[in-house]
Amino acid sequence: MKEILKINKITKIYKNKFKALDELSLNINEGEIFALLGPNGAGKSTLINTVCGILNFDDGNISVNEYDIIKDYRKARSLIGIVPQELNLEAFETVWNNVNYSRGLYGKSPNYQYIEELLKELSLWDKKDNKLRELSGGMKRRVLIAKALSHEPKVLFLDEPTASVDVELRKDMWKVIQKLKEKNVTIILTTHYIEEAEEIADRVGIINNGKIILVDEKKKLIQKLGQKILKIELSESIKSIPNALESFKLQLNNEKNILTYTYDTKGKNTGITSLLSEIKSLGLQLKDISTEQSSLESIFLNLVKESENEFARA
Amino acid sequence: MNLQGLKAIYFHEMDRMRRTLFQSLVSPFISTSLYFVVFGSAIGSRITEIEGISYGSFIVPGMIMLTILTQSISNASFGIFFPKFTNTVYEILAAPLSSFEIILGFVGAAATKSLIIGTVIICTAGLFVDLHIEHPFIMMFFLILTSVTFALFGFIIGMWADNFEKLQLIPILIITPLVFLGGSFYSINMLPEFWQKVSLLNPVLYLVSGFRWSFYEIADVSIYTSLITMLFFLFTCVLIISYTFAKGYKIKS
Repeated sequence: MKEILKINKITKIYKNKFKALDELSLNINEGEIFALLGPNGAGKSTLINTVCGILNFDDGNISVNEYDIIKDYRKARSLIGIVPQELNLEAFETVWNNVNYSRGLYGKSPNYQYIEELLKELSLWDKKDNKLRELSGGMKRRVLIAKALSHEPKVLFLDEPTASVDVELRKDMWKVIQKLKEKNVTIILTTHYIEEAEEIADRVGIINNGKIILVDEKKKLIQKLGQKILKIELSESIKSIPNALESFKLQLNNEKNILTYTYDTKGKNTGITSLLSEIKSLGLQLKDISTEQSSLESIFLNLVKESENEFARA
Repeated sequence: MNLQGLKAIYFHEMDRMRRTLFQSLVSPFISTSLYFVVFGSAIGSRITEIEGISYGSFIVPGMIMLTILTQSISNASFGIFFPKFTNTVYEILAAPLSSFEIILGFVGAAATKSLIIGTVIICTAGLFVDLHIEHPFIMMFFLILTSVTFALFGFIIGMWADNFEKLQLIPILIITPLVFLGGSFYSINMLPEFWQKVSLLNPVLYLVSGFRWSFYEIADVSIYTSLITMLFFLFTCVLIISYTFAKGYKIKS
Protein backbone atom coordinates (compact mmCIF):
# COMPACT_ATOMS: atom_id res chain seq x y z
CA MET A 1 0.00 0.00 0.00
CA LYS A 2 1.29 3.46 -0.89
CA GLU A 3 2.46 5.61 1.99
CA ILE A 4 1.00 9.08 1.47
CA LEU A 5 2.52 10.69 4.55
CA LYS A 6 6.06 10.06 5.70
CA ILE A 7 7.26 11.59 8.94
CA ASN A 8 10.93 10.98 9.52
CA LYS A 9 12.65 11.72 12.85
CA ILE A 10 10.84 14.96 13.56
CA THR A 11 12.01 16.97 16.53
CA LYS A 12 10.17 20.01 17.82
CA ILE A 13 11.47 22.03 20.75
CA TYR A 14 9.43 25.00 21.97
CA LYS A 15 11.03 28.26 23.11
CA ASN A 16 10.63 27.19 26.74
CA LYS A 17 12.93 24.21 25.86
CA PHE A 18 10.04 21.73 26.06
CA LYS A 19 10.69 18.91 23.61
CA ALA A 20 7.23 18.27 22.19
CA LEU A 21 8.34 15.85 19.46
CA ASP A 22 11.36 13.65 19.95
CA GLU A 23 12.72 12.16 16.70
CA LEU A 24 9.22 10.96 15.91
CA SER A 25 8.74 8.80 12.83
CA LEU A 26 5.42 7.65 11.40
CA ASN A 27 4.15 6.56 8.00
CA ILE A 28 0.51 6.76 6.99
CA ASN A 29 -1.00 4.66 4.22
CA GLU A 30 -3.11 6.18 1.49
CA GLY A 31 -6.84 5.88 2.12
CA GLU A 32 -6.62 4.66 5.69
CA ILE A 33 -8.13 6.05 8.87
CA PHE A 34 -5.38 6.41 11.43
CA ALA A 35 -6.24 7.18 15.03
CA LEU A 36 -3.57 8.84 17.13
CA LEU A 37 -4.12 8.26 20.82
CA GLY A 38 -2.23 9.87 23.63
CA PRO A 39 -2.63 11.63 26.97
CA ASN A 40 -2.76 15.42 27.23
CA GLY A 41 0.53 17.03 26.28
CA ALA A 42 1.76 13.90 24.51
CA GLY A 43 2.43 15.81 21.28
CA LYS A 44 -0.67 14.95 19.20
CA SER A 45 -1.63 18.51 18.26
CA THR A 46 2.00 19.55 17.88
CA LEU A 47 2.50 16.73 15.40
CA ILE A 48 -0.57 17.70 13.37
CA ASN A 49 0.30 21.41 13.39
CA THR A 50 3.87 20.65 12.35
CA VAL A 51 2.80 18.55 9.38
CA CYS A 52 0.30 21.22 8.33
CA GLY A 53 2.90 24.02 8.42
CA ILE A 54 1.34 25.87 11.35
CA LEU A 55 4.38 25.19 13.53
CA ASN A 56 8.06 25.22 12.64
CA PHE A 57 10.14 22.19 13.55
CA ASP A 58 13.78 21.77 14.47
CA ASP A 59 14.91 18.58 12.81
CA GLY A 60 13.77 15.77 10.53
CA ASN A 61 11.70 15.80 7.39
CA ILE A 62 8.10 15.27 6.36
CA SER A 63 6.67 14.51 2.93
CA VAL A 64 3.11 14.32 1.67
CA ASN A 65 2.66 12.26 -1.48
CA GLU A 66 6.46 12.54 -1.93
CA TYR A 67 6.38 16.36 -1.70
CA ASP A 68 8.62 17.73 1.03
CA ILE A 69 6.60 20.08 3.24
CA ILE A 70 9.40 22.67 3.23
CA LYS A 71 10.86 22.51 -0.27
CA ASP A 72 7.56 21.74 -2.07
CA TYR A 73 5.31 23.39 0.50
CA ARG A 74 2.76 24.55 -2.05
CA LYS A 75 2.17 21.08 -3.50
CA ALA A 76 2.37 19.39 -0.10
CA ARG A 77 -0.01 21.78 1.66
CA SER A 78 -2.55 21.77 -1.16
CA LEU A 79 -3.04 18.04 -0.44
CA ILE A 80 -3.76 18.59 3.25
CA GLY A 81 -6.87 19.71 5.10
CA ILE A 82 -6.98 20.41 8.82
CA VAL A 83 -9.81 20.53 11.32
CA PRO A 84 -8.48 22.15 14.50
CA GLN A 85 -9.43 21.14 18.00
CA GLU A 86 -10.92 24.50 19.00
CA LEU A 87 -14.01 25.93 17.32
CA ASN A 88 -12.18 28.92 15.86
CA LEU A 89 -14.32 30.73 13.32
CA GLU A 90 -14.95 34.32 12.31
CA ALA A 91 -18.16 35.29 14.05
CA PHE A 92 -19.66 37.68 11.51
CA GLU A 93 -19.17 35.77 8.29
CA THR A 94 -21.72 33.49 6.67
CA VAL A 95 -21.12 29.76 6.34
CA TRP A 96 -21.15 30.02 2.54
CA ASN A 97 -18.59 32.84 2.34
CA ASN A 98 -16.31 31.32 4.93
CA VAL A 99 -16.15 27.90 3.27
CA ASN A 100 -15.54 29.47 -0.15
CA TYR A 101 -12.82 31.66 1.39
CA SER A 102 -11.01 28.55 2.64
CA ARG A 103 -11.12 27.02 -0.84
CA GLY A 104 -9.62 30.20 -2.28
CA LEU A 105 -6.76 30.19 0.23
CA TYR A 106 -5.66 26.83 -1.15
CA GLY A 107 -5.42 28.26 -4.65
CA LYS A 108 -8.52 26.56 -6.02
CA SER A 109 -10.83 28.49 -8.33
CA PRO A 110 -14.44 28.80 -7.15
CA ASN A 111 -16.58 25.66 -7.54
CA TYR A 112 -19.97 26.53 -6.13
CA GLN A 113 -21.46 23.19 -7.12
CA TYR A 114 -18.85 21.28 -5.13
CA ILE A 115 -19.29 23.55 -2.09
CA GLU A 116 -23.06 23.12 -2.32
CA GLU A 117 -22.70 19.32 -2.38
CA LEU A 118 -20.24 19.47 0.50
CA LEU A 119 -22.56 21.59 2.64
CA LYS A 120 -25.48 19.31 1.84
CA GLU A 121 -23.46 16.24 2.77
CA LEU A 122 -22.57 17.82 6.11
CA SER A 123 -26.19 18.91 6.73
CA LEU A 124 -25.15 22.56 6.54
CA TRP A 125 -26.98 23.63 3.39
CA ASP A 126 -29.94 25.18 5.20
CA LYS A 127 -27.48 27.13 7.36
CA LYS A 128 -25.42 28.48 4.46
CA ASP A 129 -26.59 32.06 4.92
CA ASN A 130 -26.33 31.99 8.71
CA LYS A 131 -23.60 33.92 10.42
CA LEU A 132 -21.09 31.61 12.07
CA ARG A 133 -21.78 32.99 15.53
CA GLU A 134 -25.41 31.87 15.21
CA LEU A 135 -24.43 28.20 14.92
CA SER A 136 -24.33 25.58 17.67
CA GLY A 137 -21.06 23.91 18.67
CA GLY A 138 -21.85 20.82 16.61
CA MET A 139 -22.67 22.90 13.54
CA LYS A 140 -19.46 24.88 13.96
CA ARG A 141 -17.54 21.60 14.02
CA ARG A 142 -19.21 20.65 10.73
CA VAL A 143 -18.28 24.04 9.24
CA LEU A 144 -14.67 23.40 10.21
CA ILE A 145 -14.83 20.06 8.43
CA ALA A 146 -16.40 21.73 5.37
CA LYS A 147 -13.63 24.34 5.37
CA ALA A 148 -10.97 21.63 5.60
CA LEU A 149 -12.57 19.73 2.71
CA SER A 150 -13.31 22.79 0.59
CA HIS A 151 -10.16 22.36 -1.51
CA GLU A 152 -10.64 18.61 -1.99
CA PRO A 153 -7.60 17.44 0.03
CA LYS A 154 -6.15 13.93 -0.12
CA VAL A 155 -5.13 13.92 3.53
CA LEU A 156 -7.37 15.19 6.29
CA PHE A 157 -6.22 15.87 9.84
CA LEU A 158 -8.91 15.92 12.48
CA ASP A 159 -7.71 17.13 15.85
CA GLU A 160 -10.16 15.80 18.44
CA PRO A 161 -13.12 15.96 16.00
CA THR A 162 -15.68 14.73 18.50
CA ALA A 163 -14.44 16.56 21.59
CA SER A 164 -17.33 18.11 23.54
CA VAL A 165 -20.03 16.86 21.18
CA ASP A 166 -22.97 14.69 22.16
CA VAL A 167 -23.13 10.97 21.38
CA GLU A 168 -25.53 11.43 18.46
CA LEU A 169 -23.35 14.02 16.77
CA ARG A 170 -20.28 11.89 17.42
CA LYS A 171 -21.90 9.02 15.53
CA ASP A 172 -22.82 11.43 12.72
CA MET A 173 -19.19 12.49 12.55
CA TRP A 174 -18.09 8.88 12.30
CA LYS A 175 -20.44 8.46 9.33
CA VAL A 176 -18.93 11.55 7.70
CA ILE A 177 -15.44 10.15 8.25
CA GLN A 178 -16.43 6.77 6.78
CA LYS A 179 -17.84 8.52 3.70
CA LEU A 180 -14.56 10.37 3.24
CA LYS A 181 -12.68 7.10 3.46
CA GLU A 182 -14.89 5.74 0.70
CA LYS A 183 -13.65 8.66 -1.41
CA ASN A 184 -10.07 7.56 -0.70
CA VAL A 185 -9.32 10.50 1.59
CA THR A 186 -6.63 9.56 4.10
CA ILE A 187 -7.73 10.51 7.59
CA ILE A 188 -5.55 11.05 10.62
CA LEU A 189 -7.48 11.81 13.76
CA THR A 190 -6.45 12.41 17.31
CA THR A 191 -8.83 11.35 19.98
CA HIS A 192 -9.25 10.76 23.66
CA TYR A 193 -12.08 8.33 23.07
CA ILE A 194 -10.84 4.77 22.81
CA GLU A 195 -14.21 3.69 21.46
CA GLU A 196 -13.79 6.16 18.61
CA ALA A 197 -10.54 4.52 17.56
CA GLU A 198 -12.17 1.09 17.95
CA GLU A 199 -15.14 2.17 15.86
CA ILE A 200 -13.60 3.88 12.87
CA ALA A 201 -9.81 3.48 12.69
CA ASP A 202 -7.93 1.07 10.44
CA ARG A 203 -4.73 1.55 12.41
CA VAL A 204 -4.01 2.98 15.80
CA GLY A 205 -0.91 4.82 16.99
CA ILE A 206 -0.11 5.72 20.57
CA ILE A 207 2.00 8.76 21.27
CA ASN A 208 3.56 9.84 24.55
CA ASN A 209 6.32 12.29 25.44
CA GLY A 210 6.70 13.20 21.77
CA LYS A 211 7.37 9.61 20.69
CA ILE A 212 5.26 6.99 18.96
CA ILE A 213 5.19 4.03 21.31
CA LEU A 214 2.90 1.74 19.34
CA VAL A 215 1.47 1.51 15.85
CA ASP A 216 -0.74 -1.42 15.08
CA GLU A 217 -3.69 -2.45 12.98
CA LYS A 218 -7.00 -2.18 14.73
CA LYS A 219 -7.84 -5.79 13.86
CA LYS A 220 -4.75 -7.01 15.67
CA LEU A 221 -5.63 -4.88 18.65
CA ILE A 222 -9.17 -6.23 18.60
CA GLN A 223 -7.69 -9.71 18.64
CA LYS A 224 -5.89 -8.71 21.78
CA LEU A 225 -9.14 -7.22 23.00
CA GLY A 226 -10.84 -10.58 22.48
CA GLN A 227 -8.32 -12.29 24.71
CA LYS A 228 -8.76 -12.92 28.39
CA ILE A 229 -6.27 -13.87 31.03
CA LEU A 230 -6.92 -16.60 33.58
CA LYS A 231 -4.78 -16.37 36.68
CA ILE A 232 -4.46 -19.52 38.75
CA GLU A 233 -2.93 -19.00 42.19
CA LEU A 234 -1.47 -22.15 43.70
CA SER A 235 -1.38 -22.93 47.42
CA GLU A 236 2.29 -23.81 47.17
CA SER A 237 4.94 -22.60 44.76
CA ILE A 238 6.29 -24.94 42.09
CA LYS A 239 9.80 -25.15 40.55
CA SER A 240 8.65 -24.96 36.93
CA ILE A 241 5.63 -25.49 34.71
CA PRO A 242 4.88 -29.24 34.60
CA ASN A 243 5.43 -30.93 31.20
CA ALA A 244 1.79 -32.01 31.13
CA LEU A 245 0.74 -28.36 30.95
CA GLU A 246 3.16 -27.38 28.16
CA SER A 247 0.47 -27.34 25.47
CA PHE A 248 -1.41 -24.56 27.31
CA LYS A 249 1.53 -22.13 26.92
CA LEU A 250 1.29 -21.00 30.51
CA GLN A 251 3.42 -18.39 32.18
CA LEU A 252 4.76 -18.63 35.71
CA ASN A 253 5.36 -15.55 37.82
CA ASN A 254 8.59 -14.78 39.67
CA GLU A 255 7.22 -16.08 42.97
CA LYS A 256 6.43 -19.37 41.15
CA ASN A 257 2.91 -19.52 42.58
CA ILE A 258 0.72 -18.02 39.83
CA LEU A 259 0.07 -19.61 36.46
CA THR A 260 -1.22 -17.30 33.74
CA TYR A 261 -3.25 -18.67 30.86
CA THR A 262 -4.30 -16.52 27.90
CA TYR A 263 -7.34 -17.65 25.96
CA ASP A 264 -9.60 -16.44 23.19
CA THR A 265 -13.16 -15.75 24.34
CA LYS A 266 -14.38 -15.85 20.74
CA GLY A 267 -12.96 -19.32 20.16
CA LYS A 268 -15.21 -22.42 20.26
CA ASN A 269 -13.08 -24.05 22.94
CA THR A 270 -11.37 -21.89 25.54
CA GLY A 271 -9.39 -24.82 27.00
CA ILE A 272 -10.21 -23.82 30.57
CA THR A 273 -11.92 -27.10 31.46
CA SER A 274 -9.06 -29.28 30.19
CA LEU A 275 -6.50 -27.03 31.88
CA LEU A 276 -8.23 -27.28 35.24
CA SER A 277 -8.62 -31.10 34.80
CA GLU A 278 -4.89 -31.43 34.07
CA ILE A 279 -4.04 -29.33 37.14
CA LYS A 280 -6.30 -31.51 39.26
CA SER A 281 -4.74 -34.72 37.92
CA LEU A 282 -1.27 -33.33 38.73
CA GLY A 283 -2.44 -32.88 42.33
CA LEU A 284 -1.78 -29.16 42.46
CA GLN A 285 -3.85 -27.32 45.09
CA LEU A 286 -5.56 -24.09 44.00
CA LYS A 287 -5.75 -21.04 46.24
CA ASP A 288 -7.59 -18.63 43.93
CA ILE A 289 -8.72 -18.15 40.33
CA SER A 290 -9.36 -14.83 38.59
CA THR A 291 -9.87 -13.55 35.03
CA GLU A 292 -8.87 -10.25 33.45
CA GLN A 293 -10.21 -8.67 30.25
CA SER A 294 -7.67 -6.70 28.19
CA SER A 295 -9.09 -3.60 26.51
CA LEU A 296 -7.61 -1.06 24.15
CA GLU A 297 -7.81 1.32 27.05
CA SER A 298 -5.80 -0.98 29.30
CA ILE A 299 -3.27 -1.59 26.50
CA PHE A 300 -3.09 2.17 26.01
CA LEU A 301 -2.70 2.91 29.71
CA ASN A 302 -0.07 0.21 30.20
CA LEU A 303 1.94 1.45 27.25
CA VAL A 304 1.71 5.06 28.42
CA LYS A 305 2.75 4.00 31.92
CA GLU A 306 5.72 2.03 30.58
CA SER A 307 6.70 4.96 28.39
CA GLU A 308 6.45 7.34 31.37
CA ASN A 309 8.76 5.05 33.36
CA GLU A 310 11.26 4.86 30.51
CA PHE A 311 11.11 8.65 30.15
CA ALA A 312 11.72 9.09 33.88
CA ARG A 313 14.69 6.71 33.76
CA ALA A 314 16.16 8.57 30.77
CA MET B 1 2.21 32.22 -7.33
CA ASN B 2 -1.05 31.41 -5.50
CA LEU B 3 -3.19 34.11 -7.10
CA GLN B 4 -6.45 32.58 -5.91
CA GLY B 5 -5.13 32.57 -2.34
CA LEU B 6 -4.00 36.17 -2.66
CA LYS B 7 -7.42 37.14 -4.04
CA ALA B 8 -9.13 35.22 -1.23
CA ILE B 9 -7.30 37.20 1.47
CA TYR B 10 -7.76 40.49 -0.38
CA PHE B 11 -11.51 40.13 -0.93
CA HIS B 12 -12.02 38.61 2.51
CA GLU B 13 -10.49 41.75 4.01
CA MET B 14 -12.43 44.02 1.65
CA ASP B 15 -15.57 42.19 2.68
CA ARG B 16 -14.97 43.36 6.24
CA MET B 17 -15.22 46.93 4.92
CA ARG B 18 -18.39 46.08 2.99
CA ARG B 19 -19.99 44.79 6.20
CA THR B 20 -19.30 48.16 7.83
CA LEU B 21 -19.66 50.27 4.68
CA PHE B 22 -21.81 52.97 6.24
CA GLN B 23 -19.41 53.46 9.14
CA SER B 24 -16.35 53.24 6.84
CA LEU B 25 -17.52 55.95 4.45
CA VAL B 26 -19.72 58.18 6.57
CA SER B 27 -17.12 58.48 9.31
CA PRO B 28 -14.43 60.17 7.11
CA PHE B 29 -17.13 62.38 5.57
CA ILE B 30 -18.23 63.61 9.00
CA SER B 31 -14.68 64.07 10.35
CA THR B 32 -13.63 66.00 7.22
CA SER B 33 -16.65 68.26 7.56
CA LEU B 34 -15.82 68.81 11.25
CA TYR B 35 -12.20 69.65 10.42
CA PHE B 36 -13.46 72.27 7.98
CA VAL B 37 -15.84 73.70 10.54
CA VAL B 38 -13.27 73.76 13.36
CA PHE B 39 -10.02 74.47 11.53
CA GLY B 40 -11.33 76.02 8.31
CA SER B 41 -13.91 78.38 9.80
CA ALA B 42 -12.62 79.08 13.31
CA ILE B 43 -8.88 79.32 12.58
CA GLY B 44 -9.37 80.21 8.90
CA SER B 45 -11.15 83.39 9.89
CA ARG B 46 -7.90 84.53 11.58
CA ILE B 47 -5.40 83.01 9.12
CA THR B 48 -6.81 83.84 5.73
CA GLU B 49 -3.90 82.67 3.57
CA ILE B 50 -0.68 80.67 3.84
CA GLU B 51 1.82 81.22 1.02
CA GLY B 52 -0.95 82.51 -1.21
CA ILE B 53 -3.32 79.60 -0.56
CA SER B 54 -6.55 80.02 1.40
CA TYR B 55 -6.33 78.30 4.80
CA GLY B 56 -9.26 76.02 4.00
CA SER B 57 -7.53 74.72 0.87
CA PHE B 58 -4.14 74.61 2.63
CA ILE B 59 -5.29 72.05 5.20
CA VAL B 60 -6.84 69.63 2.67
CA PRO B 61 -3.62 67.63 1.94
CA GLY B 62 -2.84 67.43 5.67
CA MET B 63 -6.35 66.20 6.42
CA ILE B 64 -6.13 63.54 3.76
CA MET B 65 -2.73 62.41 5.06
CA LEU B 66 -4.00 62.31 8.64
CA THR B 67 -6.84 59.98 7.64
CA ILE B 68 -4.80 57.90 5.19
CA LEU B 69 -2.11 57.27 7.79
CA THR B 70 -4.43 56.33 10.61
CA GLN B 71 -6.74 54.25 8.38
CA SER B 72 -3.89 52.36 6.71
CA ILE B 73 -2.35 51.52 10.06
CA SER B 74 -5.59 50.54 11.77
CA ASN B 75 -6.92 48.50 8.82
CA ALA B 76 -3.73 46.52 8.30
CA SER B 77 -2.97 46.03 11.99
CA PHE B 78 -6.52 44.86 12.70
CA GLY B 79 -6.50 42.71 9.54
CA ILE B 80 -3.69 40.46 10.80
CA PHE B 81 -4.39 40.87 14.52
CA PHE B 82 -8.00 39.69 14.25
CA PRO B 83 -7.22 36.18 12.88
CA LYS B 84 -4.52 35.90 15.53
CA PHE B 85 -7.00 36.94 18.21
CA THR B 86 -9.71 34.53 17.01
CA ASN B 87 -7.15 31.77 16.29
CA THR B 88 -8.32 31.55 12.70
CA VAL B 89 -4.80 32.41 11.51
CA TYR B 90 -4.13 28.65 11.38
CA GLU B 91 -5.79 28.31 7.98
CA ILE B 92 -3.68 31.11 6.49
CA LEU B 93 -0.52 29.47 7.83
CA ALA B 94 -1.58 26.01 6.65
CA ALA B 95 -2.53 27.21 3.16
CA PRO B 96 -0.06 26.98 0.27
CA LEU B 97 0.71 30.70 0.46
CA SER B 98 4.09 32.41 0.59
CA SER B 99 4.77 35.15 3.14
CA PHE B 100 4.79 37.64 0.25
CA GLU B 101 1.30 36.61 -0.87
CA ILE B 102 -0.08 36.81 2.67
CA ILE B 103 1.40 40.29 3.19
CA LEU B 104 0.26 41.46 -0.24
CA GLY B 105 -3.29 40.30 0.45
CA PHE B 106 -3.60 42.04 3.82
CA VAL B 107 -1.59 45.16 2.96
CA GLY B 108 -3.22 45.49 -0.47
CA ALA B 109 -6.70 45.42 1.07
CA ALA B 110 -5.77 47.89 3.83
CA ALA B 111 -4.21 50.26 1.29
CA THR B 112 -7.25 49.99 -1.01
CA LYS B 113 -9.59 50.86 1.87
CA SER B 114 -7.44 53.89 2.67
CA LEU B 115 -7.48 55.00 -0.95
CA ILE B 116 -11.27 54.75 -1.06
CA ILE B 117 -11.51 56.81 2.12
CA GLY B 118 -8.95 59.28 0.75
CA THR B 119 -11.14 59.73 -2.32
CA VAL B 120 -14.18 60.35 -0.08
CA ILE B 121 -12.22 63.06 1.76
CA ILE B 122 -11.10 64.75 -1.46
CA CYS B 123 -14.71 64.77 -2.69
CA THR B 124 -15.96 66.09 0.67
CA ALA B 125 -13.26 68.78 0.70
CA GLY B 126 -14.42 69.81 -2.77
CA LEU B 127 -17.78 70.71 -1.21
CA PHE B 128 -16.14 73.19 1.20
CA VAL B 129 -13.25 74.72 -0.75
CA ASP B 130 -12.19 75.32 -4.30
CA LEU B 131 -9.86 72.38 -4.82
CA HIS B 132 -7.11 72.57 -7.40
CA ILE B 133 -4.52 69.82 -7.90
CA GLU B 134 -1.40 70.97 -9.80
CA HIS B 135 0.13 67.50 -10.22
CA PRO B 136 -2.64 64.89 -10.06
CA PHE B 137 -0.38 61.97 -10.97
CA ILE B 138 2.20 62.87 -8.33
CA MET B 139 -0.67 63.32 -5.88
CA MET B 140 -1.93 59.82 -6.74
CA PHE B 141 1.59 58.43 -6.46
CA PHE B 142 2.00 59.93 -2.97
CA LEU B 143 -1.41 58.72 -1.96
CA ILE B 144 -0.68 55.12 -3.03
CA LEU B 145 2.86 55.19 -1.61
CA THR B 146 1.59 56.46 1.75
CA SER B 147 -1.27 53.98 1.89
CA VAL B 148 0.99 51.02 1.12
CA THR B 149 3.83 52.13 3.39
CA PHE B 150 1.64 52.75 6.40
CA ALA B 151 -0.40 49.63 5.75
CA LEU B 152 2.92 47.74 5.95
CA PHE B 153 3.69 49.58 9.17
CA GLY B 154 0.24 48.68 10.49
CA PHE B 155 0.85 45.05 9.54
CA ILE B 156 4.02 45.08 11.67
CA ILE B 157 2.04 46.50 14.61
CA GLY B 158 -0.65 43.84 14.10
CA MET B 159 1.96 41.06 14.14
CA TRP B 160 3.65 42.47 17.22
CA ALA B 161 0.49 43.17 19.21
CA ASP B 162 -0.86 40.39 21.38
CA ASN B 163 -3.68 42.41 22.90
CA PHE B 164 -5.96 45.30 21.93
CA GLU B 165 -4.02 47.77 24.08
CA LYS B 166 -0.81 47.17 22.15
CA LEU B 167 -2.76 47.43 18.91
CA GLN B 168 -3.80 50.98 19.79
CA LEU B 169 -0.60 52.01 21.57
CA ILE B 170 1.56 53.12 18.63
CA PRO B 171 -1.22 54.76 16.56
CA ILE B 172 -2.48 56.80 19.52
CA LEU B 173 0.78 57.63 21.28
CA ILE B 174 3.09 58.07 18.31
CA ILE B 175 1.34 58.38 14.97
CA THR B 176 -1.45 60.84 15.83
CA PRO B 177 0.91 63.34 17.61
CA LEU B 178 3.40 63.05 14.74
CA VAL B 179 0.67 63.82 12.20
CA PHE B 180 -0.66 66.80 14.15
CA LEU B 181 2.89 68.13 14.67
CA GLY B 182 3.93 67.34 11.09
CA GLY B 183 2.52 70.48 9.49
CA SER B 184 -0.85 68.99 8.57
CA PHE B 185 -2.72 72.13 9.59
CA TYR B 186 0.08 74.73 9.36
CA SER B 187 3.33 75.50 7.60
CA ILE B 188 6.44 74.98 9.72
CA ASN B 189 7.58 78.42 8.51
CA MET B 190 4.99 79.79 10.97
CA LEU B 191 6.96 78.26 13.88
CA PRO B 192 9.96 79.77 15.73
CA GLU B 193 13.30 78.72 14.20
CA PHE B 194 14.09 76.19 16.97
CA TRP B 195 10.77 74.36 16.51
CA GLN B 196 11.22 74.43 12.74
CA LYS B 197 14.43 72.43 13.22
CA VAL B 198 12.72 70.08 15.66
CA SER B 199 9.91 69.57 13.13
CA LEU B 200 12.44 68.37 10.58
CA LEU B 201 12.95 65.29 12.77
CA ASN B 202 9.31 64.34 12.25
CA PRO B 203 9.04 61.92 9.29
CA VAL B 204 5.37 62.80 8.75
CA LEU B 205 6.40 66.36 7.87
CA TYR B 206 8.12 65.09 4.70
CA LEU B 207 5.03 63.16 3.77
CA VAL B 208 2.59 66.03 4.25
CA SER B 209 4.97 68.48 2.61
CA GLY B 210 5.42 66.34 -0.50
CA PHE B 211 1.71 65.68 -0.75
CA ARG B 212 0.90 69.38 -0.39
CA TRP B 213 3.41 70.18 -3.12
CA SER B 214 1.46 67.96 -5.53
CA PHE B 215 -1.61 70.14 -4.83
CA TYR B 216 -0.22 73.70 -4.73
CA GLU B 217 3.53 73.50 -5.49
CA ILE B 218 4.30 74.80 -2.00
CA ALA B 219 6.32 72.67 0.45
CA ASP B 220 8.19 72.88 3.73
CA VAL B 221 10.94 70.61 2.38
CA SER B 222 12.03 69.62 -1.12
CA ILE B 223 9.78 67.18 -2.98
CA TYR B 224 12.81 64.93 -3.58
CA THR B 225 13.60 64.81 0.14
CA SER B 226 9.98 63.85 0.79
CA LEU B 227 10.13 61.12 -1.81
CA ILE B 228 13.43 59.66 -0.56
CA THR B 229 12.16 59.69 3.05
CA MET B 230 8.98 57.87 2.05
CA LEU B 231 10.81 55.26 -0.02
CA PHE B 232 13.28 54.71 2.82
CA PHE B 233 10.41 54.12 5.24
CA LEU B 234 8.73 51.79 2.76
CA PHE B 235 11.83 49.61 2.34
CA THR B 236 12.45 49.57 6.10
CA CYS B 237 8.93 48.25 6.63
CA VAL B 238 9.39 45.63 3.88
CA LEU B 239 12.67 44.47 5.47
CA ILE B 240 11.17 44.23 8.96
CA ILE B 241 8.15 42.28 7.72
CA SER B 242 10.23 39.91 5.59
CA TYR B 243 12.49 39.17 8.55
CA THR B 244 9.70 38.69 11.08
CA PHE B 245 7.67 36.48 8.75
CA ALA B 246 10.69 34.36 7.91
CA LYS B 247 11.28 33.83 11.63
CA GLY B 248 7.58 33.31 12.30
CA TYR B 249 7.75 35.97 15.02
CA LYS B 250 4.52 36.15 17.06
CA ILE B 251 2.70 34.08 14.44
CA LYS B 252 4.41 30.71 14.21
CA SER B 253 6.03 28.99 17.18
